[in-house]
Amino acid sequence: MAERRVRSAPAASVESGRIDAVSARLVGLRYPWWRLAIGGLVFAATAVFAASQGSVDIPFGSVVGVVLSRLPWFELPADAKPTWNTILWELRLPRVVLAAIVGAALAMSGAAYQGLFKNPLADPYLVGVASGAGLGATIVLLTGVPLFLGGFNLLPVAAFAGGISAVAVAYSIARNSQGTPLTTLILAGVAISALAGAVSSLLMIRSDPELRPVLSWLLGSFISAEWSESGVVLVYIVPSLAVILGFARILNVLQLREDHASMLGVDVEKVKALLVVAATLATSAAVSFNGLIGFVGLIAPHTVRMIWGVDYRFILPMSGIVGATFLVLADLVARTVASPAELPVGVVTAFCGAPFFLYILRRRRAGVV
Amino acid sequence: MRQLADRVEAAGGNVRQDQDVEGAAGIEARDVWAGYGERQVIKGLNLRVERGSVTALTGPNGVGKSTLLRLLSGSLKPWRGTTRAAGADVSALSVRERARLVAVVPQNVDLPPGTAALEVVLMGRNPHMSLLSWESASDVDIAMEAMRVTDSDDLLDRRVDELSGGERQRVAIATALAQQTPVLLLDEPTANLDLAYQPAIMSLMRELASAGKTVVVAVHDLTLAGQFCDEVALMSEGAIHAVGSPEEALTEANIRKAYGADVTVLAHPSTGKPIVVNP
Repeated sequence: MAERRVRSAPAASVESGRIDAVSARLVGLRYPWWRLAIGGLVFAATAVFAASQGSVDIPFGSVVGVVLSRLPWFELPADAKPTWNTILWELRLPRVVLAAIVGAALAMSGAAYQGLFKNPLADPYLVGVASGAGLGATIVLLTGVPLFLGGFNLLPVAAFAGGISAVAVAYSIARNSQGTPLTTLILAGVAISALAGAVSSLLMIRSDPELRPVLSWLLGSFISAEWSESGVVLVYIVPSLAVILGFARILNVLQLREDHASMLGVDVEKVKALLVVAATLATSAAVSFNGLIGFVGLIAPHTVRMIWGVDYRFILPMSGIVGATFLVLADLVARTVASPAELPVGVVTAFCGAPFFLYILRRRRAGVV
Repeated sequence: MRQLADRVEAAGGNVRQDQDVEGAAGIEARDVWAGYGERQVIKGLNLRVERGSVTALTGPNGVGKSTLLRLLSGSLKPWRGTTRAAGADVSALSVRERARLVAVVPQNVDLPPGTAALEVVLMGRNPHMSLLSWESASDVDIAMEAMRVTDSDDLLDRRVDELSGGERQRVAIATALAQQTPVLLLDEPTANLDLAYQPAIMSLMRELASAGKTVVVAVHDLTLAGQFCDEVALMSEGAIHAVGSPEEALTEANIRKAYGADVTVLAHPSTGKPIVVNP
């Protein structure tokens, strides 16, 4: 062993060649920006396409033209009809943009949870956000609590508060003097979810038969999307996702056992708390206006991981792009497939997401991916 | 051999002067009491390990070897007493500071599936990197050197889930070396290794020590401990029962007292070091 180790210099150049050869896999050594760029282009094309489709079809190029005409050095395209401007800016673009923001937030929170909990089944709703937010929404929609307070819509506020409270309760129950064991946190989340779900069900059974608004919220929909909603959720989502992205390299180290990661200088408890808070804020904001949209947070990070490997510095941003693209497409299907009626977008994500997910699992089992 | 020691030093033996108090021991535990919850494990333990030496930590199952390693690494706070590494009180340091002072190779290392060996070793650079920084060329050089020293450089692009137990152990040691700490602690590094790898790992510890690192290894195999370590510390009932050179510590009387087992201690025919066998 000792003799083998004392090797002469030429070996080094061979090794540097091999480091080069594998650096495509080692994200830290050579970051695949071009993949993110291509992903971004695909997303942009999807968004424009989604905006072009609807009861009034607007040509792809005209959508781009109308959007660009808001910039000072572009003119409105000559063939553009005056109504297009209204349709795009008032109806379709707010929807597309909100769906993209929500999709990216759910996907990146899901990726962070999968990394933190080292559990492939983890999604952003794992520790109780969904049922907490659902309970908040149900209370506002079905009990004597007014839906509007001085012209202010209480539904998203209640959903947001419900989601955060559920996670806060689960986290404080799981916490002990040594730290917060993740298994206990998941179990506490499951129990809190069951409890909040039971209260929601009770409220529904005891209320008037008019359950449509609750069901619609629980299945998710972008039908009422407005620019202001995007603005509000971004206030929570941008800092949360920035924190999650900032910890991408640390998430890689956390894939080791917790005690090992701590020996490598990771303050495990602090990172856990920060990531749970960030993912909870992002998810609660994402569901507050549009309701619970399933599968995005599970499917997007998995797809990215199965195709492009294990480095969270790539998984996180790419999951955001994939999640945004997926949800924009799902919302397009939701509003066009049964036009003029609308499907809940959560139904569409499950319909498209589940088979696609199963397909990916099959391919992986066959060793293709 | 001198050349080898230089390379080992380059890979991780270089003691950071600012953290190292001149003349201080590599590791020092003074009247340490510690445990978990109500359960007392370490009871008034004293230990001094000289800089640049290899010390074997032995003793019966459940005597507190892993607990002592956790205390020495600062991840467990003592109830009473102090633990110092390279002159610094480890229980008072932040997680990041102590990871620059003490590196630990835990028992039964689990490495994340799908990760390349070099990626894992680069995680050893974490205590020297800021939150948003990326591995620099010099980090890669340090990681590669650590892999060369542990004879795992051939594995650099291999997925860690495809490695054998011995290969994985060497990658874990390389990760600890990439931390470039003056102190290295290993918890049963030879447990899953075959006959040939056990002495290979132990002689690597010797080389690291001769390059200036302070090394403490928890081992069950007393003969292995005797062959390769400068000092052997025998634990019993939560304290150090006997400590000294292998010949001093590994006597039939000491072993009987620590383990409650009768053994015969022979001398190695060429080195004269103790060989412990059942009677």
